[in-house]
Amino acid sequence: MSAIPEEILAQALKELAQSEDLNQIDQVRVNYLGKKGLFTLQMKELGKLDPEQRRIAGQVINQARDNFQQQLEAKKIELEHSFLAKRLAAECIDVTLPGRGQSIGGLHPITTTLRRISKIFASVGFKVVEGPEIEDDYHNFEALNIPAHHPARAMHDTFYFDAHTVLRTHTSPVQIRVMESEAPPLKVIAPGRVYRCDSDITHTPMFHQVEGFLVDTDVSFADLKGVVYEFLRAFFEKDIQVRFRPSYFPFTEPSAEVDIECVICSGEGCRVCSQTGWLEVMGCGMIHPEVFNSVKIDGERYSGFAFGMGVERLAMLRYGINDLRLFFENDLKFLQQFTHKDG
Amino acid sequence: MKISENWLRTYVNPEIGIAELVAQLTMAGLEVDSIEPAAAVFTGVVVGEVISTEQHPNADRLKVCQVNVGEAEPLQIVCGATNVREGLKIPAALVGAILPGDFKIKKSKLRGVESLGMLCSEKELGLAADAHGLMELAANAPVGIDIREYLSLNDNIIEIDLTPNRADCLSIEGIAREVAVLNKLDWSATLVEKTTPTNIDELSINVLTPDACPRYLGRLIKDVNPKAETPLWMQERLRRSGMRSLGVIVDVTNYVLIELGQPLHAFDANKISGGISVRHAHTDESIALLNGQTIKLDNDVLVIADDRQALALAGVMGGSESSVTSATQNVFLECAFFTPASIAGKARKFGLHTDSSHRFERGVDFTLQERAIERATQLIMDIAGGSPGPITEVTSTAFLPSRNAVIIRKQRIEKILGLKIADTVIADIFQRLGLSVVPQDDDWLVTPPGFRFDIAIEADLIEEIARIYGYNSLPSNNLLMRSELGLAPEALLELDRVKDLLVARGYQEAITYSFVDEDIQKAIAPNDAVIRLQNPISADLAVMRSTLWGGLIKAALYNTHRQHTRVRLFETGLKFVEKDGGVFQQKMLSGLSLGSLYPEQWNESTRNVDFFDIKADVQAMLALSGIETKFSPAQQTALHPGQSAEIVTSDGHHIGWLGMLHPTLEKELGFDSQVFLFELDQDLLLKNRIPTFKPLSKYPSVRRDLALIVKEDVSAEAIIDCIKANNQRILQDIVIFDVYRGKGVEEGYKSVALGLIIQDETQTLTDSETELVVSKLLNTLTDTIGAKLRD
Repeated sequence: MSAIPEEILAQALKELAQSEDLNQIDQVRVNYLGKKGLFTLQMKELGKLDPEQRRIAGQVINQARDNFQQQLEAKKIELEHSFLAKRLAAECIDVTLPGRGQSIGGLHPITTTLRRISKIFASVGFKVVEGPEIEDDYHNFEALNIPAHHPARAMHDTFYFDAHTVLRTHTSPVQIRVMESEAPPLKVIAPGRVYRCDSDITHTPMFHQVEGFLVDTDVSFADLKGVVYEFLRAFFEKDIQVRFRPSYFPFTEPSAEVDIECVICSGEGCRVCSQTGWLEVMGCGMIHPEVFNSVKIDGERYSGFAFGMGVERLAMLRYGINDLRLFFENDLKFLQQFTHKDG
Repeated sequence: MKISENWLRTYVNPEIGIAELVAQLTMAGLEVDSIEPAAAVFTGVVVGEVISTEQHPNADRLKVCQVNVGEAEPLQIVCGATNVREGLKIPAALVGAILPGDFKIKKSKLRGVESLGMLCSEKELGLAADAHGLMELAANAPVGIDIREYLSLNDNIIEIDLTPNRADCLSIEGIAREVAVLNKLDWSATLVEKTTPTNIDELSINVLTPDACPRYLGRLIKDVNPKAETPLWMQERLRRSGMRSLGVIVDVTNYVLIELGQPLHAFDANKISGGISVRHAHTDESIALLNGQTIKLDNDVLVIADDRQALALAGVMGGSESSVTSATQNVFLECAFFTPASIAGKARKFGLHTDSSHRFERGVDFTLQERAIERATQLIMDIAGGSPGPITEVTSTAFLPSRNAVIIRKQRIEKILGLKIADTVIADIFQRLGLSVVPQDDDWLVTPPGFRFDIAIEADLIEEIARIYGYNSLPSNNLLMRSELGLAPEALLELDRVKDLLVARGYQEAITYSFVDEDIQKAIAPNDAVIRLQNPISADLAVMRSTLWGGLIKAALYNTHRQHTRVRLFETGLKFVEKDGGVFQQKMLSGLSLGSLYPEQWNESTRNVDFFDIKADVQAMLALSGIETKFSPAQQTALHPGQSAEIVTSDGHHIGWLGMLHPTLEKELGFDSQVFLFELDQDLLLKNRIPTFKPLSKYPSVRRDLALIVKEDVSAEAIIDCIKANNQRILQDIVIFDVYRGKGVEEGYKSVALGLIIQDETQTLTDSETELVVSKLLNTLTDTIGAKLRD
């Protein structure tokens, strides 16, 4: 035997202790445990001994080698830990700096409002339908029981292209178009742009409405009230006070205006509700027999209700927007306030 | 319509306050717009009588008056009004009075003379916007009483916004009737007695259009006192109804209009030649109206004429020539029923809107004319005397509106309102509304009165029941609708999904007007036919957009003018295109991007957005639906000729455009950086490809990179197309990873670096198989587009 295992071990541990990185450790490992390593050579030499001696010597070598191996692993882990700690320290960054890359844009608040309205109605099976914006006189007026010279026409400041062609003044013509082409039962909402020849602080020549209607065999005013209540409560996410007030639309009868308790002052009376505590939010009613006549739906067998609401008005109340005109100026400072709003 | 609360309460006086009264009206469909006090707040003003006036010793314009205010001693008050005179009764503000505007009256000295109060004009009491001199009270005004009490100023003006169907409420009596119904009270109409004629003079009346004017009543009143003045009580009621006092005769006709709802017209009888006829105007006939406007008539307009000419626009406005003046002594009173159809639209046609046309268009009670003309006669005679002649009446009964009985079925009421209401309640509602009711087994026969023009069918009656019963007392159902499973059409991509994608890519949604500035539209789309509004709101909103770019450009400019250097906007909506004589309304999605690609950020150099950045945005949208498209260089008037692409679907449909705004337009429109635009057809964009599964290859893929030298005019697409045309089954994908010009590449050529991804589905490829594919491709590329492998 060229050397005794204790000495080899002592030498190996010394070298290990002097190692400063993983490469050096690996070198030490090769020197002692590799093919030509000192422990390996010792094991090879065992073959020259007789069996009894071999057993005893083998135990001693194995012990020394295992001891070395354990210490080697421990040293390796220690070094890895220390390296990791150094790396972590070196890679420390200021996490408060802003993230990089594309910024997020945003939806227009009208779109967000329309999405919420559609979602609420879609949840009970209303289908979303759109219609043309350049509309003929028949669908915009006549079929809705508003003949020429009807005083109700004065309530619609209409944009004309010629005597028979207009920009639709409401989304109600979609009601006619759907009823002309589809048979009841019908559950439809029709969102979209509408136009009135009027422009001041509280009017823009273009705005948005959502028309909704339901036609079936047994639809009553009570159903209309139920739908409107439920919708307004869902939209404002609040058990809001709602009242129905008799009104007049040529295409519904009975007709009603719907008021909600002022969401700004909770009905106390403020500037927004003109001190009344109430805000007008939509018009509605039971579909007029004349309308059923013009679309050839049997008004004896079927009944139905329709409602229409101004989207800007609802958006203004929901988000506290105080100037209608802001919706169409497209000032990024305005639009970006709604970035995180999504239906 | 404006009415005085006190006047209303002379007819029907429910024991409720003003707040409850207006709430009642509003909830019955007579929406109250506002309540205003009839007079501004003031105190301490009484009726005074000027006993004497003396010239002020130190001031030419002032007089020193002794005024009896009902106290033991008269007060000395200095006054500057020109109409102050002995015996005049006036409002006198006493020391301690507070006038509108918190103006306190104190004991004072005016140019050395003590003054113990102030004599007031209407303006000073807040009763008129301006005034000439003191307010003159009636000679019999009781001295010393509070002026508020004397003028009944503790009153409210209620403004009601009536819907067009409720013409029956366009009078104080109509509102009184409604209030009585709502409070279950009785009320009585103004008592009108017949006047006995004191002369026999009449004008002949010839109604040539009995269908338009089924009833016409006329009466001459002679020798009225032109100096008579409208009594204060009437002036005040008119004022509270929103009308100015314009002389006795006109005031009386206005008063009856407000009181009964019947428009009347008074002519100066001396200016009428011959008789009266009611006829259509002649073509080219014209008339000078009371408001100073002269209008040209045509023969669908109804006029009142004498033997020579048109005197008045029937039911709308009188003419100036025949109008009553402060000198008129002989009056011809007209009280007619014109049908709504004959008046509807006529006032608007001439840009007019009068109290008279407003009522006739909506419907005036056709049984009211005799009562109204008698009422007006009575009032004129009370105030200005005069000698009335007999009433001349021309009535064509056949053309009077008919009031047919309407059948209302009990089960229908329940079906529509969702509530069974007791028969007695319904019958009571009808009766209180003045409808005549005949009960039958399962229904009622209901005949409306002359003043209701809005009850012709069953639904009209159901509405009346609901209205009086109270909408808020009717039940409300939870959604008991039959429900069905919804649809989820996968072949249609939802627009919302695309919008969300753009939002995620930094775009802000805009909504711009559908009508645009014609100049901007002409600049960016000079070849599009212009669809012009007849009555635009303004010149810059006059034509319908034929592209959404106009609105986005304007919105972008709005923001660049407000220090935004980075703008990314998109909009969805219709564009309007004239094609084959019709208008196509096409749903589009458009976007605009300018300024830096990313918002300014640390440790990353900024770079301005370019063509390929927005192409990536467009491709991302197209990838959502999986629609296959080609981008080809093409010319678009708004875009840079070298940086614009037409996007076409694989089956040849034009889906849209993409490119840089033409540099000339960029400058003309006022941008100071490049602007990139896209516009896509929504219908094509949203056609969704439903995916079909392909088995995955278990074998590894290999990649071979090639750098090809091609002529400058060989497009990337040409290279890709050429490779695809070679139809190598195992070629899975091609990536362009570099385009290089410069050193090592001859002028006029470019180097395009490609990565070919090759994979077989059935085996692992050997090197030689891969090389075979690559060499075949190279040969084709050389033969077809002259590509060489870069050394």
